[in-house]
Amino acid sequence: MSRSWSQVSVGMLAMGLVSVALPAVAQEHGSSDDAQIERGAYLARAGDCVACHTAPGGTPFAGGLAIDSPFGAIYSTNITPDKDHGIGNYSRDQFAAAVRQGVRADGANLYPAMPYPAYAKVSDEDIDALYAYFMHGVEPVSEQPTKTDLSFPFNQRWGIALWDWFFTDDPTTATAPGGEDPVARGRYLVEGLGHCGSCHTPRGLAYQSKALDDSDSDFLSGANLNGWLAPALRGGDGVAGMGISDWSEEEIVEYLATGRNAHAAVGGEMTSVIEHSTSHLSDDDLQAIAAYLKTLPSVESDTQHAFDATADSDTEQQLTGATDLSEGAELYLNSCNACHFANGKGAPRVFPSLVGNSLINADDPSGLIHTILAGAELPSTPKAPERLMMPGFAWRMSDEEVANLATFLRQGWGNQAPGVSADQVAAVRSELDPEETHSSQPDPVYAEPNASEQE
Amino acid sequence: MPINKQPVDVVIIGLGWTGSLIGMEMTDAGLDVVALERGADRTKEDFLYPKPADELKYGVRLGMMQSPRTDGVTIRRNGGETALPQRQWTTFHPGNGVGGCGAHWTGVLYRATPTELSMKSFADATFSPGFLPENMVMQDYGVTYDELEPHFDLFERIAGLSGQAGNLNGEIIDGGNPFEGPRSNPFPLPPLPRTLTDTLFTEATQSLGWHPYPYPSANVSQAYTNPYGMQLGPCNFCGFCSNYGCLNYSKASPQTCVLDALKRRDNFSYRTQCDVRRINKAGDGQTVTGVTYIDGDGNEVFQPAKMVFLCSFTLSNVRLLLLSGIGQPYDPISNTGVVGRNFTYQITGSVDMYFERHQFNPFISAGGSGQVIDDFAPDAFDTEQHGFIGGSYIYTTQGPGGAIGGTRVPPGSPSWGSEWKRNAQREYGHHMMIGTTGSNMAYRDCYLDLDPNYRDPHGDPLLRMTYDWKENDMRMTMFMADRIREIVDELGPDYHTESFHKVGDQFDPSHYQSTHLTGGAVMGTDPQTSVVNRYLQHWDAHNLFVMGASNFPQNMMHNPTGTVAALTFWSVRKIRESYLANPGPLMSRS
Repeated sequence: MSRSWSQVSVGMLAMGLVSVALPAVAQEHGSSDDAQIERGAYLARAGDCVACHTAPGGTPFAGGLAIDSPFGAIYSTNITPDKDHGIGNYSRDQFAAAVRQGVRADGANLYPAMPYPAYAKVSDEDIDALYAYFMHGVEPVSEQPTKTDLSFPFNQRWGIALWDWFFTDDPTTATAPGGEDPVARGRYLVEGLGHCGSCHTPRGLAYQSKALDDSDSDFLSGANLNGWLAPALRGGDGVAGMGISDWSEEEIVEYLATGRNAHAAVGGEMTSVIEHSTSHLSDDDLQAIAAYLKTLPSVESDTQHAFDATADSDTEQQLTGATDLSEGAELYLNSCNACHFANGKGAPRVFPSLVGNSLINADDPSGLIHTILAGAELPSTPKAPERLMMPGFAWRMSDEEVANLATFLRQGWGNQAPGVSADQVAAVRSELDPEETHSSQPDPVYAEPNASEQE
Repeated sequence: MPINKQPVDVVIIGLGWTGSLIGMEMTDAGLDVVALERGADRTKEDFLYPKPADELKYGVRLGMMQSPRTDGVTIRRNGGETALPQRQWTTFHPGNGVGGCGAHWTGVLYRATPTELSMKSFADATFSPGFLPENMVMQDYGVTYDELEPHFDLFERIAGLSGQAGNLNGEIIDGGNPFEGPRSNPFPLPPLPRTLTDTLFTEATQSLGWHPYPYPSANVSQAYTNPYGMQLGPCNFCGFCSNYGCLNYSKASPQTCVLDALKRRDNFSYRTQCDVRRINKAGDGQTVTGVTYIDGDGNEVFQPAKMVFLCSFTLSNVRLLLLSGIGQPYDPISNTGVVGRNFTYQITGSVDMYFERHQFNPFISAGGSGQVIDDFAPDAFDTEQHGFIGGSYIYTTQGPGGAIGGTRVPPGSPSWGSEWKRNAQREYGHHMMIGTTGSNMAYRDCYLDLDPNYRDPHGDPLLRMTYDWKENDMRMTMFMADRIREIVDELGPDYHTESFHKVGDQFDPSHYQSTHLTGGAVMGTDPQTSVVNRYLQHWDAHNLFVMGASNFPQNMMHNPTGTVAALTFWSVRKIRESYLANPGPLMSRS
């Protein structure tokens, strides 16, 4: 299994990797206090380190996940405190340099699949805690993950120094802002450990994030991530219906804690981020993130089409009238309406609203097509344990039908995205992983009658 | 040699409603819990639309039920007959697999009333001496409504119960059921929307002076999050409820209300395809040591446990106690023993009405949709003057209108061919039902024991049911039929057909009647007449607890699930408060 650059975590669901508990080694080493180790464990959650540094089915933090990049597969490294294969010999300052500057203990540069341009903002105090955790809170794993072996010129790691010079900021080493200033705290988490911009900020020609902080309106303005919309996270006034701009702070907090709210249900790569990272953050930190995101004015983005809130009853009338239906509308009534209803609004937290939904209005329809074909499953989180599932329809809808349905969704209830072609559906279908689908196809053998009836 | 598993604190036999709730409570208490389920795993993936919407597979072939071959039951009406095995389920539908009956139930969720929990006391205070038949065996539950109220309330919040309170802390609320026990809280959700059948029933019963109220429904009316953080979505009236898993997250079940929360807990695990054959008795004669089961590969496995919770279906609970030799089997001749005693069922009947002038849209239906009257509950009127003890509720439901089961033709129609088709087409959508669901008293000669002739593939005897309808209960249902006829007169259908039992009828297991089988391992305060004490703790093994409708000393007119769940919480809270710190009998035998 391999994953895309900054898109590395869907497989974690299948791995059932849920808890990264503190093992008993903390007491044995005794050089750091437990509170600091616990703090480091929390920060490692905030940074979602486990997502990349764990192979499918592998031990947490032992590395080996293949991350697809435009230059070839980059394999994540073992960051357990094993002295031979992990980072057990790293000093605190070497660890800090790796995290914040992308420089290995031997001086070589890390590939920027590691989000050190974002982690550069992590404070000294938090680096200390992370170091304590990785040295004393994680069991060493004596395994050498596959080594990254890119072709020339990308195997010339010295070249990255040039990239770094252009595209990263100098590390800042301030103490992390605390809860007394929620916006500052939120900015620190979003720009730094959360590395939200890795997915949600558009990338430039050299694959660099176009902005690393909110001084530039490209920051968190939405991006296309291998066909999935990583929607704009700029939550302030500006452009209605763009990304999460219509969400309240409480709704942002609820989404990060549970992967669901009155507007949306998580899909794609964000599913794993919710499950392994944000659902474990404190309420205060989630509130801070929400408060900060609401300070960023929303802007136009070519990743998502605008939505016309005035048009939403026309589609409902068409569906309830049920005459002269397009094929897409008919498919909707037959396969979608039971949960999402004629008004497209579904039911809060259970059936996501399709009205103004950013995935449906994404410029690239691949994520929507994928969801129709494969279905979806919500993560189980402490506050919302239920793995609600949407059935996949790949087994019963042709490419043409999915295209008609997707077009209907993209143009109903005030949604205004362009139509979808059967070719686009075929392209997504050809990449479907059967392991990741939630098929509602009945058993091929018709029924399993009671044993008595077999006799 | 059996495989020996590592000891655990708690083993649960059967992962349905009661097993799931016990799992939550005992993991909350910090104990290591293992649940053993005889059937297959069932996750939400099994219920994805349109998988469950298959009437042939689930409604006709009963794909979610136990196998009669391995878990069958033999039936006879009296001791003079030879019991014969059910080779396919007809009169009741015992569930199988994770979720158990809680996955395929209809979703009508009632509480017992204060009187229903103390029928013996009620009868002693109300009826003339000598009025009750000599062979009627009436008992109180040994727990009061007030003691159970918080637990009813909790379970209703877990299930997202939709409906209208009729008695809120003693205040009677218009539009609810005025005959119910007092509730500490309103229903978590408002009632389901009304259908035309509901409206007609409501108008007719009101004009007769009765008190219609919405069916209390665990097919929920709105999106809901329960105290475990589990979620339900609004019911869309698809009509696939009884016998089906819900395809819309709308019906409360272990899957939608408990299991994903339980599975997150490190101290909980469950194993499917594990068929428990025996509960193992300890040498001390006062406890059990664990359970022995056959796993999916055919291995015999011993699972040691400090506590055993028997959480399977009524019939399976009784059978496993009998096979394990725990508790004295009931003997109706000598009237000694307890296991299998007080087996009861439910007394049902219905009319079907045809109205050319009404179009009911029967494709819109939900198991918990309907309107009901409790005006003929056992304590709502003087039943003695009508010659019986007991009562029924009378209801209408726009119940499942499947293509196979829901098609109606007039009496005298051929059962196939073009005339049948014409009749079926003409009458589709013009039928309305009214039903009655009634209490069933316990009798000395209605009981469960092990069958002397029929065995399962492991060589163990099947359970034998000796059961018949009795005059008291038939008089009761005939009275209800008359009340329903009054409603029919009020509504004025073009024609109607009836299906009621009458005095002299004998139990007929060839048709579906109800899955509300109760008793056989009843609760009480006297070890001579009950299997478990009022905390559902086995009188003869203090670390064995038996959950489910097998606890009911006699059956009530109300559906059992709410009472089963409330009793479960009642028991497990007592265990957490008293038993864990000080294991031993929670009541003395004397």
